[in-house]
Parts: sequence; structure tokens; C-alpha cells
Amino acid sequence: MTKSYLSLELIDKTFERGGKRTEVLKQVSLSVAKGEFISIIGHSGCGKSTLLNIVAGLTPATTGVVLLDDKVVDEPGPDRAVVFQNHSLLPWLTVYENVRLAVDKVFSPTRNKQDRHEWTMRNLDLVQMAHAADKRPSEVSGGMKQRVGIARALAMEPKVLLLDEPFGALDALTRAHLQDQVMQIHATLGNTVLMITHDVDEAVLLSDRIVMMTNGPSARIGEILDVPLARPRRRIELASDRTYLKCREAVLKFLYERHRFVEAAE
Amino acid sequence: MSVTNLKLNPEPTPQSPAQVIALGHTASPGIDSRLSRLAATAATNLLPLLVTLTLLILAWQLTCSSPESSLPAPTRVLEESWELIAHPFYTGQGVDQGLFWHVFASLQRVALGYAMAAAVGVALGTLVGQSALAMRGLDPIFQVLRTVPPLAWLPLSLAAFQDGNPSAIFVIFITAIWPIIINTAVGIRNIPQDYQNVAKVLRLNGFEYFGKIMLPAAAPYIFTGLRIGIGLSWLAIVAAEMLIGGVGIGFFIWDAWNSSLISDIIVALIYVGIVGFLLDRMIALIGRAVTRGTANA
Repeated sequence: MTKSYLSLELIDKTFERGGKRTEVLKQVSLSVAKGEFISIIGHSGCGKSTLLNIVAGLTPATTGVVLLDDKVVDEPGPDRAVVFQNHSLLPWLTVYENVRLAVDKVFSPTRNKQDRHEWTMRNLDLVQMAHAADKRPSEVSGGMKQRVGIARALAMEPKVLLLDEPFGALDALTRAHLQDQVMQIHATLGNTVLMITHDVDEAVLLSDRIVMMTNGPSARIGEILDVPLARPRRRIELASDRTYLKCREAVLKFLYERHRFVEAAE
Repeated sequence: MSVTNLKLNPEPTPQSPAQVIALGHTASPGIDSRLSRLAATAATNLLPLLVTLTLLILAWQLTCSSPESSLPAPTRVLEESWELIAHPFYTGQGVDQGLFWHVFASLQRVALGYAMAAAVGVALGTLVGQSALAMRGLDPIFQVLRTVPPLAWLPLSLAAFQDGNPSAIFVIFITAIWPIIINTAVGIRNIPQDYQNVAKVLRLNGFEYFGKIMLPAAAPYIFTGLRIGIGLSWLAIVAAEMLIGGVGIGFFIWDAWNSSLISDIIVALIYVGIVGFLLDRMIALIGRAVTRGTANA
């Protein structure tokens, strides 16, 4: 953790509805180095999605600031591209057009048409979706949609890639395949990634550090775990790796012993 | 994948003659079966319709065939109105025109009034769907005005325009606009948060958001409104034309009634029904083409 690239400083978030105040996040501070892969894990309702939305600029923090590359984040923008949980592709556009829309929006002042076309195809290639460029989202599988969502986000060349439970809605095999692809992309491009997840294995496999949130309301960062596994990581070798198992155990203990999900807290 | 394909390529050559023969055999029954399938679908779809039509005409013939009957039987309609049926493109003096020209005149009025209603309706619907303030200010007014029957607007518009034709067009406009406004507003209000988030992350400006997200996302709703609107327009034009006169299918019916040409009225009604049906189909088809992919997200 040399110099912090993305930093969250004392984020508080309170929702107010009908005079009732609910404190969702309390004093969340985190600093992320450039190129780091961070997972945020916690039980549902712990405000981890809210935290991601604050970084994305989609939800304003009640108090506290988010700094990215020494600039204050106060609105959404393509430098913090989000891969949404349910892909959020526009169904009336083809796979290509969905990515192209983002490319055109971000690069139309700096790159010409041909370059933008090539850049769109490059990113579809990266997630191995170039073959389905002319299909509509409804014509491809869930895993493919999510890959296009990733391509769209990558195509914006974001400073931080925000993944909101990107593989949550996928079956286990597709999920594993996509995790491998994301690892590969991260290795190639060196993106800074912030990923929300509730999957312990996924968090350990992908992350450099795992941020564990306590239960809401007033969720805080409970613990931050370093994952000192060398890259590239291979899931089969890791299955019996001692460090991997230890990390896994640490997260499980945090989630199921010290901060067990209490239904009444909802 | 492509590598294995290349490797396999030379191998099937000895087999290919056999495959060609096999294809030749399957080709002709393929066309045959396709034809027979087409005939079968035509039969299953059209046969019930033909049967009910025949039965209806038969019942009509039986009930109206006595000489004292106040309404003409189908055979008498054919006999009395044959001129009208056979010459839809006849052109004469003033309102003495073939049925095609009457329908055409009505369609022109509908086209004008409806086009304006579509443009203004989508714009107002967008405004109301987008802004809670506009919704609070305008929606109650819309809800009251939309219950005013189309023809009730006619005297007022005659007073305003001092002329029949623009008044009829205005009646079409005011009739068609409400379902368009209301459905557009609902469509805009129902745009999923996901799409709005995508737009925000991409920093689409208002204009881009309108064209790239809002219109396509709301299109299925908008087309529902447009479809209801065209139906209402066609209902209203016939009634409005009865009162304003001139060339038009509505006035033709009224004129036929004044001249006691009941058979002519029946022929005209069939025209009105078929044209109304075609208008509805047309909007539905355009809607389906435009919203392709949107409905099954």
C-alpha cells in the first residue's frame, strides 16, 4: 500500500424516509492503491452496495468524501465504470451497440470513428464476445450478458472498475469461467478494481485485500484481510493451498462467528 | 475450433455424392410439406371466420327478407348499392364521390389530427412522466379533460375556427391525445433504475438520454397509447363529419340516411369497419417493428 489512488474518508450514510432515520454506513474509511483488486464482503443489508454506489457517485454520502486520483468524487462518471449486478444492457441495442454507446460517449472528442469501432471490437474480443456483436442481449445467455457488461465498463478505460456482485445471478460453472476471465483481464490491464460480493471463495480467489463489513444498520469495516497469494492464481491448485485455506477460514470466521447474520437487524 | 474444421475439410469429399442425393430426395417433400402446412394454417385460421360470416349473412338474409322489413337484406343491399360497391373511385360533383374518396378525405383529417396528437402527446407525456412537479400540475387537468366526449368539443372548435375542416381535425387531435399522454407518462415513469444508472455513469446529456434511453425504454407504452389513440380518432371522425358536412365517410352516411338509402349506409359501415381495423393493425405493426427487443428484456 504505497500511495493511495482511491480513498474513502470517513463515509457516513443516513437514509431518511418519512421522518425515520436509518444509519446505513458509519465511519467507513479505506484506501486503495493503483492496480489493487479489492473485494467488499458482508451479509446482505450491510450497505455494501450503498458503499459502491457512493464510490460510483450514484448515491451521495451524507458526510465524508471519496477521492480518486486526488479529485473529489461528487457525481457519476465513466472514470468509475460500474458493472451492475443484472448486467443492465440496453435491450434495444445490439451487443456491439451497447459497448459502442459507451465508447462513443467517452472517446468521441479524442478518437475518430474507425478507432472507436476498433476499440469497441477490442473490448468485445477481450471478453470473447466479438462473435455475438450483432446479437441483442435477449439472444445471448446470462453469462454472456455479464461479459458484455464487463466489456462496456472496460471500454471506458475507467480509473476504477466497480463490480456490483457481477456474478451473483450466474450458475457456478459460468461464474468460475468469468472469474478466471476477470483475473486474466486484471493481470493484463492492471485495473484498480472494487468488487462487491457475498461469495467467500470468489473474494479470496480474486482479491489482493478483502474488506469485511459488519452487519447493518450502522455497518463499519470490521476487518481487512490481506490475501498474500501469488498471481497468476489457479483455482485447482489453490483448492489445497494452505494460505488460501487460511484466508478462506478467516473470512468465514468473521462472517459466521463474529458477525453472524441476525434477522432482527434488518 | 477453426483449426479442427480445416482438418476435417478434405475428408468428407468421398461422402459428398451420397449427401447430394440425400438432399435431392428431401428437397421436394420439403416444399410439399411446407405448402400443405401453409394450407393447413390458412384453413385453421380462415375457416372459422368464413363459417361465422356465412352464418351471419344467412341470419341477416332470413330476418330481413320479408317485404315489410325496415332494413334491407344482403341481396337487396347488393342490388340497390351495386353502383356504389362497383365504383369506389368514381368522381362526380361536390359530395357525389366514390366511397374511396370519402374514406380518403376522412383519412386525411385523421392523419393530420392524429399526427399532431402523437407529437404533442408524446412531448406532454414525457414532461409529465419526467417531472413530479409537471405531473402534479397537469395530471388532474388531463384526467378531467379526457372524460369530455369528442363531439362535445365540436361546437367549441367550430366557434374557434369558424370552419368545418379544422374543427374536425381538432376534434381528432383532442380525442387521440389523452391516451397517448397518459401511456407515455406511465412508460417514462417505469424506466428501470438500471438504465438511468447506466445513463448517469456514461454522463449522457438530456438530449442523448431522451433519444437513447427514454424513448426506446418507453416505446412499448407509447405504442399502446398510439394504438388506442388511432382507434378513438377513427371513432370520432365519423361522428364529427356527420355534423360538419363535406366529403368524408361520416357525412356520406348522414347524407345516405337523409336520402333514405339504407343499403348505402350498410356498405359504408363495412368500409368504416375495415379501414378502422387496418389502421389499428398498421400502428400495431409499426409498434412491433420499433419495439423489437424492448419488450423481452
